[in-house]
Amino acid sequence: MLVLRKQELTNADVTPKRVYLNRRKFLARLALAGGALAVGRKLWNLARPASVLATTKLTGVVKGPFSTDEKQTPYNDVTHYNNFYEFGTGKEDPAVNARNFRTSPWTVSIEGEVKKPRKLEIQEILKLAPLEERIYRHRCVEAWSIVVPWIGYSFSALARLVEPTSAARYVAFETYYDPAQMPQAGYAGIPFPYVEGLRLDEAMHPLTLLCVGMYGETLPNQDGAPVRMVVPWKYGFKSIKSLVRIRFVKDQPPTTWNLASPREYGFYSNVNPNVDHPRWSQAKERRLGEFFKRPTLIFNGYTDQVAGLYSGMDLRKYY
Amino acid sequence: MNSILSSKWLKIPVFLLCLVPLGALGWRGLDGDLTANPIEFITHATGDWTLRFLLITLAVTPLRKTLGLPQLIRFRRMLGLFAFFYACLHFTTYIWLDKFFDLAEVWKDVALRRFITVGFAAFLLLIPLAITSTAGWIRRLGGRRWQLLHRLIYLSAVAGVVHYYWLVKSDHRMPLTYAGILGLLLAWRAGLWIFGKRKHSGAAAVPDQPTTAETG
Repeated sequence: MLVLRKQELTNADVTPKRVYLNRRKFLARLALAGGALAVGRKLWNLARPASVLATTKLTGVVKGPFSTDEKQTPYNDVTHYNNFYEFGTGKEDPAVNARNFRTSPWTVSIEGEVKKPRKLEIQEILKLAPLEERIYRHRCVEAWSIVVPWIGYSFSALARLVEPTSAARYVAFETYYDPAQMPQAGYAGIPFPYVEGLRLDEAMHPLTLLCVGMYGETLPNQDGAPVRMVVPWKYGFKSIKSLVRIRFVKDQPPTTWNLASPREYGFYSNVNPNVDHPRWSQAKERRLGEFFKRPTLIFNGYTDQVAGLYSGMDLRKYY
Repeated sequence: MNSILSSKWLKIPVFLLCLVPLGALGWRGLDGDLTANPIEFITHATGDWTLRFLLITLAVTPLRKTLGLPQLIRFRRMLGLFAFFYACLHFTTYIWLDKFFDLAEVWKDVALRRFITVGFAAFLLLIPLAITSTAGWIRRLGGRRWQLLHRLIYLSAVAGVVHYYWLVKSDHRMPLTYAGILGLLLAWRAGLWIFGKRKHSGAAAVPDQPTTAETG
C-alpha cells in the first residue's frame, strides 16, 4: 500500500521577502516593457505615411466571360507586391517609386502591318468597346499567383479597328520608358524599353485582355497604368504594363526576359507545371494570402480555351 | 576603448543587438506587415542576416588588427554563432514553411537547383564550426587544428554569397555588394599571409601558439 506522507512546510521553505518582492518588481517591469512596446507599435504605425493611390472609379462595367469564382486576392496585396523593374526590383518598390508616374496625357501608337495605323488617346481606348470585368488567375514565373478582377475588353476589339494585313503574324508590345521618371531602371539588369510579343492568333484570342482597370477602378501606376495587356494562360511577365506601342509584324519579335536570359524565359512562356524554370520548380505555386502551396495547372487552368493554339507543338521545346 | 571592450557586461548589449533583426521580423509579423508573401519575406530576411553576420564575424580579425583593438576577439564566437543561428532560421523557414517537410522535393531542389546546392553546402559547413565553438573543443582539437577547421568559414561565406548571386533574377547589386565586402576581407588575410611569410622568412621558425582566446 502506498503511503503518502504530508510534507510539512517549515520556515526554511518560505521565500525570502527580498526575492518575493524582486519577483513582483520583475513582473511589473515586464508588464511595463510590454505595454511600452505595444504603445510604441501603435505610434509607429500612426506615424507611417499611408499610401495614396491615384485611381478613379470606372463606370458602366459589365460582367465579362471567362471569370473564375475563386477568392480574389486582397487589393492591398495586388498593389504592394509587384514586378515592375522600371520602378525597382524589390516587390514593394513599384508601389513607392511609381507614385508620381505621369499617365496623363497618354497615347498608344498602333502601327506596322495594318491598313489603318492609329494613335489612340487613353480616353479613346476607354470608350472603344464596353468595359468588362474579368476575374482571371495570374501566375508569375516566380511561382506565386493572384486572382484579380481586371477591367478591359478583348484585345481583338482594338486589332479589328486597325485592320491587320495578311502579312501580320505576330504582335509586338512596348512599355513606356523614361529614365527621368524611372531612375531605378538602370539597376534592373534587363534592357529597356520593356518589350513583349504574342503570336497573332494568341493576341486575337478572346481571353487576351486589353486592360485599363482592376477592382472597379483605373489601374494603379504600379500595376501598369493606364493600359496594359493581360494574358492569363502565360507567365505574368508576358502581360506587359503601361503600353505605348503596339506593332503588328511579320516575324517573331524580341521579348525582354528572353533577351536577358534565353535559357530561362522562352517566347511562349505558357504556364506549365511540367517544364521547370532552370532554377526552380514550376509544379506548385503560392497563391498570395494562402499558407500552403497549390499545384500549378497547365495553361494556368485555361486549357479548354487555349490548348488548341498549341496542338502538335512540343511545349518543352517551345517553353 | 580596449577597457570598454573588455568589460564583462558589454557582451549582454551586443547579444541583444544581435537579436534585433529577429525582433524586427517579429514586430512586422505582429503587424501583419510581412508583405503579401510572408514566407518569402522571412526567407530573404533570415538569409540576408546570415550573410551579414558571416561578414561581421570575418571582419573581427581585420578590425582588431588594423584598429589595434585586440579585445574585439571576445565577441567573435558570439557573432559567428549568431551567423549560424540565422542560418538555422533560414534553413528551417525553407524546410518547414516553404517545403513543409516534403523531403523528396527538398532533395530534388538540393540536387537540381545549383543555388540551393551551394546554399545547402554553406549551411552544412557551418555546423562543425558551431559544434566546436566551445573552449572544450578548442582544447580537445588543439589551437592549430581548431584554427584550420575554422577556416571553413571562408568557404561557407563564399558559398553563401554565390547562393545569393545565383538566386537573383537580374539585379545583382546586393549580391555583388556582399561579394565585394567578402573579397576585401579575404584579400586582407591573403595580404597578411604573403606579407607575414616574407617578414618571417630567415627568422627562426617560431610556430604560432594561439591561446584559446586569441586564435585568429
